[in-house]
Amino acid sequence: MSNESKLTVIPFGPQHPVLPEPVQLQFYVDEEKIVDVKPNIGYIHRGIERAAELNDYRRNLYLCERICGICNIIHGQTYAGIIEKLTDTEIPIRAKYLRTIWAELARLQSHLLWLGLFAEAVGFESLFMKVWRDRELVLDLTETTNGHRIHLGTTLIGGVNKDMDDKLASRYINDMDRLEKEIDDWADVFRKDSSFLSKTVGLGVLPKRDAIHSGAVGPVIRASGIPQDMRNNGYEAYGELDFKPVVHDSCDVQGRVLVRLDECYSSINIIKRAINQMPDGPIAVNNEKFPEGEAIYRTEQPRGEVFYYAKGNGTIHLERLRIRTPTLPNIPPLLSMLVGHTVSDIPAIVHSIDPCMSCTERITYINKEEN
Amino acid sequence: MPNFLNNVLENLFGKPATTRYPFEKVKPQPGTRGEIRFNMQKCDQCQDCERTCPSAAIKVYPEEKKIEWNPFKCIYCHACVRACMHEAIEPMINVESPDYLKTIKTFES
Repeated sequence: MSNESKLTVIPFGPQHPVLPEPVQLQFYVDEEKIVDVKPNIGYIHRGIERAAELNDYRRNLYLCERICGICNIIHGQTYAGIIEKLTDTEIPIRAKYLRTIWAELARLQSHLLWLGLFAEAVGFESLFMKVWRDRELVLDLTETTNGHRIHLGTTLIGGVNKDMDDKLASRYINDMDRLEKEIDDWADVFRKDSSFLSKTVGLGVLPKRDAIHSGAVGPVIRASGIPQDMRNNGYEAYGELDFKPVVHDSCDVQGRVLVRLDECYSSINIIKRAINQMPDGPIAVNNEKFPEGEAIYRTEQPRGEVFYYAKGNGTIHLERLRIRTPTLPNIPPLLSMLVGHTVSDIPAIVHSIDPCMSCTERITYINKEEN
Repeated sequence: MPNFLNNVLENLFGKPATTRYPFEKVKPQPGTRGEIRFNMQKCDQCQDCERTCPSAAIKVYPEEKKIEWNPFKCIYCHACVRACMHEAIEPMINVESPDYLKTIKTFES
């Protein structure tokens, strides 16, 4: 940039009231207008990949669940999935359905959390409280079935460790009906409220072409009109549940809000359908082999696609475990979305990709010349 | 918004959605994974729980017939409960309350 010296630099983060997690964005602003953005990540690198190499591969299951607080059960399922692939284990069908139900519950609570946080970020605090009150329904359900509100620990390599009886299944159906009614109550505020729309419509536009080229994933790319969703691949029980991705083509922040709002309804439908279709049978198989060879596994998290690569050498330790979480590919689109907007639009646009930094940090980069 | 007006009236005359926490204890849900307790009559000191524990919160001393459990290291996954062949570990549904000191619990027979 030739006139960089004339621009003001506003450091945003790593500690900022708007940001849920530490990431630094340096805004080069010309008066109020953003001209350029430079991201800086690496504030909460935890060395999880290295720890996964040193650990027993069975204990890694609990380690991988701790990569992210919100999408923890899907991390656990992805890790279990890749180990099952490496050891040629076929899990029972009932376990697949149970995993699907719990993954959708996790998606539901994550989207409700995000919708509340976003409402707060644009200054709509009563909506935030209303959304989070309904989120308690999902969390209570999770606690009853899985034992905890957030860190579940229900996945096993070769299945799951908790089953669902008829009483619990009917509670699921009742609570999902109730939740659907509660969401209907406030969904119109996200869709039609004029003060809300004034802060979201036409903001942070990511055209279809840019979304593909910058490699966006999850609700960000689906809000740009591309039906990219890993659940289309039909892993776990999604293939039997007649799943269709939610797509909006407004390409702006409002589109991302609507994708997440409509995904809440789609998750509720998947849970209900899965409970009705779930066959009886065992919930886990014994897994005696050690992982050998290479494999990749991709699943859809609330924030987008998560990618696992693992290499085993027939011992109790994995040789390599590579994890790519959805926030990392969503950072380049975020930078292009921000350019051209004013400083007051930053919270809404940054929130619209649902950044989860502690999942993202995988490497630290040390500049030797500058130490 | 009309639907928010409804909510305002509900909140004026109804019960609050929150509980008054320190005065009113929060009840855990029936399936909650809480503290664990070792039944030393059933335990045969095989150390399966120690080997399974992902956070190394359990330490077994077979010669002294003693087990140490660190509630502050424990991640409450109950992997030990599933691993124990003699059902000597009893799961509870309460949650360990906060403490000033990180005390380790000892079980002896």
